[in-house]
Amino acid sequence: MRVLIVEDDREIAHFVQRGLKESGHGADVVFNGDDGLEHALSGDYDVIIVDRMLPGRDGLSLIQAVRASGSRTPVLILSALGEVDDRVKGLKAGGDDYLTKPFALTELLARIEALGRRISPDETVTRYMVGDLALDRLTHKVTRAGDVIVLQPREYRLLEYLMRNAGQVVTRTMLLEHVWDYHFDPQTNVIDVHVSRLRGKIDKGFDKPLLHTVRGAGYMMRDGDV
Amino acid sequence: MATSSYLKSTVFRRTAVVVLLLALVAASCVGLVGWYANSLLTRGTEKMIEAEAAELKAELVARGFDALAIAVGERSRRGGASLYYLADANGQWRAGNLTVLPTWSGASGRGTFTYPSIAGATRTSRVAAGLLIDIDGRPRLVIGRDVDDQRALLDAIFRTTGLAAVLLALLGLVGSVVIAHHVQHRIAGMSAATRHIMSGDLSRRLPLDGSGDELDRLSMQLNDMLARIEELMTGLREVSDNIAHDLKTPLNRLRNSAEAALAAQSGAEAWKSGLERVIDEADGLIKTFNALLMIARLEAGSGPDAFETVEIGALARDVHELYEPVADDAGVQLTVDVTSNPVSRVNRHLLGQALANLIDNALKYGVSHGRPGQIGLGVSQADGFARIVVSDNGPGVAESERDRVLRRFVRLEASRSKPGTGLGLSLVAAVARIYKGRIKLEDNAPGLRVVLELPLA
Repeated sequence: MRVLIVEDDREIAHFVQRGLKESGHGADVVFNGDDGLEHALSGDYDVIIVDRMLPGRDGLSLIQAVRASGSRTPVLILSALGEVDDRVKGLKAGGDDYLTKPFALTELLARIEALGRRISPDETVTRYMVGDLALDRLTHKVTRAGDVIVLQPREYRLLEYLMRNAGQVVTRTMLLEHVWDYHFDPQTNVIDVHVSRLRGKIDKGFDKPLLHTVRGAGYMMRDGDV
Repeated sequence: MATSSYLKSTVFRRTAVVVLLLALVAASCVGLVGWYANSLLTRGTEKMIEAEAAELKAELVARGFDALAIAVGERSRRGGASLYYLADANGQWRAGNLTVLPTWSGASGRGTFTYPSIAGATRTSRVAAGLLIDIDGRPRLVIGRDVDDQRALLDAIFRTTGLAAVLLALLGLVGSVVIAHHVQHRIAGMSAATRHIMSGDLSRRLPLDGSGDELDRLSMQLNDMLARIEELMTGLREVSDNIAHDLKTPLNRLRNSAEAALAAQSGAEAWKSGLERVIDEADGLIKTFNALLMIARLEAGSGPDAFETVEIGALARDVHELYEPVADDAGVQLTVDVTSNPVSRVNRHLLGQALANLIDNALKYGVSHGRPGQIGLGVSQADGFARIVVSDNGPGVAESERDRVLRRFVRLEASRSKPGTGLGLSLVAAVARIYKGRIKLEDNAPGLRVVLELPLA
């Protein structure tokens, strides 16, 4: 994946660039909005990371200009402004995801991965498979090794999201945002308990676990070790 | 206080100007009346003299000079204020109560002249108005009226008026000095108090004299304002003290973890776990800062613009569903009771955060040892408000502490040992305020019941 980083704080920009390279992605860094727009329009990027406040052209106007040019490249907004409002404004301007500073690198990487795959038209896929676990999106039927597993509606949505992002790290915040549609801090490990209940239904009694915990990051569906 | 400062005082200047204007107006009024009365009397006198002159001229024409002399003699003897003088062809006195031709003040034979008057032993010079008439081409006949008394009266009027005006001005100036002194004295008291307050003594108040006048009322209002400012400053100081304490502790733990890992001899494993602890502490600090900033923004009155109509009952069911497994794992029964589904204009995420904070608080602090925990989340609707109730059966909060726990960083002694930022309820209170709702803490006998009421959409 090729990622463009538009961020005026050089330390953060290089930290993110290093993190992306270590995960096997290519990353270019520019430090102001005007260079950012030039790169975004000319370069061939899979994901663009844009800081909200930039010297020259600011982040939101950069995104608007990119969208006005017809580009659908996914954009992740990085911002020190974390209020509900700022998030809404960022997404309205054409951003696809919003992450508040200070952030954990694992969180950023997981979101970039998820954004990068969004261009693949997985909405047409009607059946997710991880190992011998199958989820049918039309009938909402879940089976493992042919046995039907009965899930609550929320458990089904949780599993669907995890399976759609199979092989990738999914953070707790991403789960709260996509499965529950909440952008707040739940204070306690509510997500962990939901995930462990789901795990009890899909992994219990099988030799090979499919739902893994990634320490310090989140969870991953995968047939095999993490 | 120096005299020069009185002269600079606004009150003195304004009063002085008014007093001087008043004196001027009074003087001009009296002067105008005097001048008018004088001219009226003078006109009357002139008319009488002219009439008499016409009679005497007619006498002269009809019967000759000797008859005129007799007529003048007769008129002179009648007394009163009339004055006559008649000279013969040689310019010698012939008749009249004046013995010499009087000197005219003006050049012509009209207007006023002075004449000597002998009353007993004193000889005075008096003023008269009169007419000098020519006979056979020489000025020989004088007809006059004594106007000395009239003049004296007018003079007296003008003098008294002037004196009164001067007295009025003097008294007025003295009065304005007294008023200026009084006002200056009060303002000096106020500015002394202000200087004290500016130098940091926020408990100081402006002096009141109890008169209830406008200065007193102004001082009272300023004192109310000062009381409010002092309250806010105390709150701010408390918050800064608490921030210092509540952020220093995790920072200290963070530093200790890093130090311990660095000092560890065992190498990579110890460093790794040390760094993990450092990240945990940093995450905790970030959480605290985020909550603090959110409350600060809400309290500054800048709530989210992103209002939407939210079904409170549905939201409560969602939050219940999110927390139910956690409560279950903790052996706590979390129930939801939605009797109606009121709709309010709020921000869903913000209200979700508030509900999450309330349930999280109940889970952390609302469970008594040795009693199965029960937490209830209820939604109902009454009197134009959506009513959200979160109740537990834990130790509860003493009545005296209920206001205090809504403040930032306030944590009760019993809960100090448990994790938490001390900001959860403050955020709920801030949410209630921004949406013009209410928050109440009540006794659930046993336990605590938090009631959050929000206006319906």
